[in-house]
Amino acid sequence: MLHSYPKRVYFIMLALTAIVATFPLWGASVFGGQSDFILEKLTLMLILALFAMSLDLLVGIVGLVSLGHALFFGVGAYTLALASPDFSPASLWWMLPLVMVVSAVAALVVGVLVIRTKGIFFIMTTLAFGQMLFYLVSTSPFTGGTDGVFIMFRPSLAVGETTLLNLDDPRTFFYFCLGVLVAGYLFLRWLTRSYYGQVLDGIHDNEHRMQALGYATSGYKLIAFVIAGVMAAIAGMLAAMQYGFANPAQLGWHTSGEVLMMLILGGMGTIFGPILGAFTYEILLFVFEHLTTHWPILMGLTIIVAVLVLPRGIAGLIIAPPGKAELLKTSLLRRLAKGGRKPRTDAHPHQAVMPKGRAES
Amino acid sequence: MDLTFFGVQLLNGLQYGLLLFLIASGLTLIFGIMGIINLAHGAMYMIGAYLVYDLTMRLGNFWLAILIAIPIAIVLGLIIERLFLDTLYKRDHLYQVLLTFGLILVLNEAQRIIWGGDVHSVPVPAPFDASLQLTDNLQYSVYRLFVMGVCLALAGAIYWVIRHTRLGIIIRAGAVNRDMVEGLGINVRTLFTLIFSVGVALTAFAGMIAAPLTSIAPGMGDSILITCFVVVVIGGIGSIKGAFWGAILIGMAETFGSVLIPSLASMVIYLIMAAVLLVKPRGLFA
Repeated sequence: MLHSYPKRVYFIMLALTAIVATFPLWGASVFGGQSDFILEKLTLMLILALFAMSLDLLVGIVGLVSLGHALFFGVGAYTLALASPDFSPASLWWMLPLVMVVSAVAALVVGVLVIRTKGIFFIMTTLAFGQMLFYLVSTSPFTGGTDGVFIMFRPSLAVGETTLLNLDDPRTFFYFCLGVLVAGYLFLRWLTRSYYGQVLDGIHDNEHRMQALGYATSGYKLIAFVIAGVMAAIAGMLAAMQYGFANPAQLGWHTSGEVLMMLILGGMGTIFGPILGAFTYEILLFVFEHLTTHWPILMGLTIIVAVLVLPRGIAGLIIAPPGKAELLKTSLLRRLAKGGRKPRTDAHPHQAVMPKGRAES
Repeated sequence: MDLTFFGVQLLNGLQYGLLLFLIASGLTLIFGIMGIINLAHGAMYMIGAYLVYDLTMRLGNFWLAILIAIPIAIVLGLIIERLFLDTLYKRDHLYQVLLTFGLILVLNEAQRIIWGGDVHSVPVPAPFDASLQLTDNLQYSVYRLFVMGVCLALAGAIYWVIRHTRLGIIIRAGAVNRDMVEGLGINVRTLFTLIFSVGVALTAFAGMIAAPLTSIAPGMGDSILITCFVVVVIGGIGSIKGAFWGAILIGMAETFGSVLIPSLASMVIYLIMAAVLLVKPRGLFA
């Protein structure tokens, strides 16, 4: 596992965090009346960053490409929506554990089935299970069908009668989400550097060798699947708190595709990359939506171009800025001009962002 | 449920299953030979249906429309393969998933720009616009029987090509070991282009002949794509035989599921998939 990035990575990430974290202080003076709206968008980006980061554990760290990760996002959202009382706010003290337990059980059940599969089978089966839940909630009567379920009250965080955090206040909720994201980041960093994380890393590089060394790799992968699922569910719960409803679209496969896109845009396997990816994706989406009603075409083209020329994502650019020659090599125009044969830029993307010495286990 | 009704459902299930096979066979061929997971496969099904709708409206003849639409679909497949997929063969599946996901967004939106968001339909073409009178109040569309016949004929043709021609030998060898085939002097690039175009043409053709039977709507490709994924997972990725039996199984399951247990109908196929995965994680025929 990578133990240190170049200093500029930390510098850039801390600077960006500071800019985002202080937004409530300077937002109003720069954006005026728009600042409330932007604060809401930023909160959503923080939540999606957590979601994308949880997927990084699967895709970037273990090497399991899931196209059904939105399933757990939806489990979090629907657990909150269905378990919330109608006429009073739920308490986060029991709601959060409930969401975690429900999503852990869901991830365990799905995980046991999908962990047995590899590569393309894993992609297809995760996708299919995601769609299974999608159809379940959009047709079953007690989940409100395609309309979803409204959440009348945002859960509260109180001790006895005193409210610790008033989550109804947009600023407080913004800082709450920021706190959860930072906690999630620190947790994943700790996890990937732990003994367990090293085993995951070994599985990513060569699962057969790990098996030969005596590791029951399926168990390790299953635990990673559950952890990623629980983190995604927490993000889903926060998203449902933010929107005020749970909706089938939140767990459809387009959401799974989008979060995968955030991951790759930001740079997978780096844990901090997905945060950049989520922000970039949402900002692009926002701009495109304002440019044209046909924004999906712009988004689709952006995705295609990003896949072709930026396989290591933004994090890859920060960690190892490409020289001129490399820029030329990966340029799309050059690639098209040359026709058939391409330089193989990146067969093993996770490895590519890591410094030397990592591959030799 | 009396016997006639049961028989009609059986035919419906078979017809739907055979249609699924056309789409799934392309998906499984493209994966088996090229190692590419093509999410945009469903979008091509949709494009096929819209092309036929558009051309039928312009020309007034469904058969002529199909005749013109097929080459268009093949050319579209060629363009996609040469322009985008070409760079992805050596890369991880992740990038294929994402690139083809991007393609879905582009194709779906292109459909919206060209044909709008309305739901359309194509009239059942002559001479198949008749119905068979089964009982006093039960009819069966001749066109459905025709679709079944066409699908079966195509399935037979695919089987014949793969089993009994030189191209078939190369395809089977390619599915087992691509590098070895290349080492033996076969031009794999050309083979890939051919396979992808044929696969895309198959799914687009499925969209075309299904057009008179379904409502032509935006996003119609997305749901059929997922169903075909289930078919391919059940049958075993890369196996044409698996795609055939998987498609029949899923066609039957969905048809009978929606009649017998409507509340769970949309779940049935996933439950079957989960059951198959428990027993055979690599699919029934892999």
